[in-house]
Amino acid sequence: MRTTLRAALIALVAIAATFGLDPFRNYQLATAAGVFAAVAGLTVLVGLTGQLSLGHAVLMAAGGYGYAAAATAVEDAAPGAGPAVVLVAGLGGAAAASGALGLLLGLAAARLRGPYLAGLTLALVIALPSAANVLPLGGDQGLPAPFFPVPEALSALIAVEQWHAWLAIAIAAVAVTPLAVIRGGRAGLRMRAVLDDETAAGLSGVDPALVKTGAFAASAIPAGLGGAVLAVATQQVTPGGYGLGFSLLLVVAAVVGGLGSIGGAAIGAVLVVVLPWLIDTAAEAVPAELGRRLDGNLAVLLFGAVVIAVVLARPDGVAGLLNRLPRRRPSTDDTAPSNHAPLSTTALSKSTKLL
Amino acid sequence: MHTPTSRTAVAALTAAALLGAAACSTPDEDDTPGITDDTVTIGTHQPLTGPAAAGYSTISAATAAYFAYVNDNGGIHGRDIEYVVKDDAYDPAQTQTAVRELVTEDEVFAIVNGLGTPTHSAVLDYLDEQEVPDLFVSSGALTWNQPGVYPNTFAFNADYVTEGAALAQYAVDQHPGALICVLGQDDDYGEGILEGVEMVVGGNGLAEIQTYSTSNQDVTAQIGAMMEAGCEVNVLGTINGFTALAVGTAAELDWFPQWYVSSSGGDYPTLVGYLGEDVAPLVLQGMVSVNYLPFSPDDEWVELFRRINDEYNDGAPFTGNTVFGMSVGYLFAEALAAAGADPTRESLVAAVESGDLVGNGIVPLAYSEDDHAAYRSVGITVVNEGVQDYAGPVYSVGAGRVTAVEAQPVPLENDGIPQPPQGDGSDE
Repeated sequence: MRTTLRAALIALVAIAATFGLDPFRNYQLATAAGVFAAVAGLTVLVGLTGQLSLGHAVLMAAGGYGYAAAATAVEDAAPGAGPAVVLVAGLGGAAAASGALGLLLGLAAARLRGPYLAGLTLALVIALPSAANVLPLGGDQGLPAPFFPVPEALSALIAVEQWHAWLAIAIAAVAVTPLAVIRGGRAGLRMRAVLDDETAAGLSGVDPALVKTGAFAASAIPAGLGGAVLAVATQQVTPGGYGLGFSLLLVVAAVVGGLGSIGGAAIGAVLVVVLPWLIDTAAEAVPAELGRRLDGNLAVLLFGAVVIAVVLARPDGVAGLLNRLPRRRPSTDDTAPSNHAPLSTTALSKSTKLL
Repeated sequence: MHTPTSRTAVAALTAAALLGAAACSTPDEDDTPGITDDTVTIGTHQPLTGPAAAGYSTISAATAAYFAYVNDNGGIHGRDIEYVVKDDAYDPAQTQTAVRELVTEDEVFAIVNGLGTPTHSAVLDYLDEQEVPDLFVSSGALTWNQPGVYPNTFAFNADYVTEGAALAQYAVDQHPGALICVLGQDDDYGEGILEGVEMVVGGNGLAEIQTYSTSNQDVTAQIGAMMEAGCEVNVLGTINGFTALAVGTAAELDWFPQWYVSSSGGDYPTLVGYLGEDVAPLVLQGMVSVNYLPFSPDDEWVELFRRINDEYNDGAPFTGNTVFGMSVGYLFAEALAAAGADPTRESLVAAVESGDLVGNGIVPLAYSEDDHAAYRSVGITVVNEGVQDYAGPVYSVGAGRVTAVEAQPVPLENDGIPQPPQGDGSDE
């Protein structure tokens, strides 16, 4: 209950913050909210169960396509339906599509380990453009998604980008809050048990295969809703938006933020949205020829360097750094079952050792 | 266990406080965006990287070079044109971000020559909603010509149906009774060309129809099937890279049919870049294409553009893309000159809709209030001994019929710097 209240509070603060941003920043905030939902799912999956997925972009894409298809279908079938109905139907489609794909992947994941699971998820990302051409997904052009104009009552007050940022924040909150609940509850304990030692977990009555499969599905749905957020903001779902580079950036965001930490996922998500844009802007300042060569490449290089630096200096990411800040409420934390740093270090070493 | 969320709350609050000082999102009525006393800022999205870069990345450089030339000669109404080019890697998702940045961050006056059907389709509704003039889209899709739905969007290319119909008509005129086949891209580009060809030869008049996808760099199966079918004239709705691939693959199979290529994939200098200086003149000899912009080597526009290209574009290779980019620049400058000494977004759109713009094509512009298409007729070009030039015939396509018309080239005036219309009363 406290988690839910806290999530609602954070969402309200974020919505208030949109008033301080110009339209393009609000567009970036909406994008970051979508990425945040996906990274939060990924970070819980990797941090708590040690299953490394390089293909969360595909789960986002599944959610985006599910959203676009369902929302468009409802809009066409019932032209009088309000935007709220269309949006909820679309989100239902997103959760269903990504959840189904996540469950399938999870079934495979329970039988695969380390590099094999990473390889499987990587193959999915590489297959996405071909799948988009073969399946009725609109090829490279993708599927259009409905556009939500600012409601009448608010139209004098806010721009459309800000409205979309509100929707994005609300959807991200709905997507991530259950993750925080799962992470802090019994299911989270079971995941940690499986991560530490599968045999010991099994002896204690925890079914590792069930936990791993469930974790994959639970991680896929927020990713799918994140894809829906991007579709709300851009009114389009294309395979090009969910390429290999983007999928790896999600992993970067999770690692830099701190594996297993949802607050870290938020920081990581903002980083992967803002940093490439900052670099693009900086690249425009240097001579055109050099700038063109740096454009698109420098961001990847920098992210690589950042990941190496973070893993060497602080394997528990930015969240671990914040963890070291002086605490004002030490009493409850001392009894907490697990601390961040050792947990995510274990997850990281388990995932990377196998690669 | 409660710490992570409370830390998040702290982080979010800090972020909110930090951002509080930044600009606000509330919509407001402002001056015309992108216009100052001495500059006009416009933007575009172009594939500078990615799969389409090799064929089209030179267009925006040519447009920018033309604007630099105009600016050095006093600009339009005393204003310099600033052309902001954003890379979208031919990926609709990146186009979304690039165009939003242009509209909200760079506050451009208009979007000019956004390139690509899938890419530009992704921002069409957004630009319409923001009421940003969306001029001279670089694609031959029919989507751009919907004045009732998208009142601020105007096409630049001759549409693909027109090109397909003109190519087919020329084929029928030149080779009566020849077996005609079509190889097209598996999207509205290939479909448009096919529709145009079928307009001329009828639904069952084609010996073979093949398609390809840009994600698969191999057309051996398609070319093999066309060879089997005994095709004599191959109409290609292909982009430059795939035109080269198709012609090259056929040559490897020792097959040399007639190639009839749409303008988007029939630029001889670009194809030479793909096929090489030695092979290209041999396999492309007699290649038929269509064009609507000045391209004869001795044309006065071409001479001017060559000069601008040498002086302002570091002497980059002079191709059809160079002419295309500079022609777009000229047409925008002409529209801006006609939009008045104090242009607004409304007056710019009205200037294009007025039908008074002449551009620099070899055929008249079609713009009017109910027609947002640029060119409804195209001229046939043929490659002969390494030189691509107009062969004479010009076809106009309308109401499902193809008619032969006369070319009406626009003479070069005032060194290619558009002047405000007479009686404009501006204080030049």
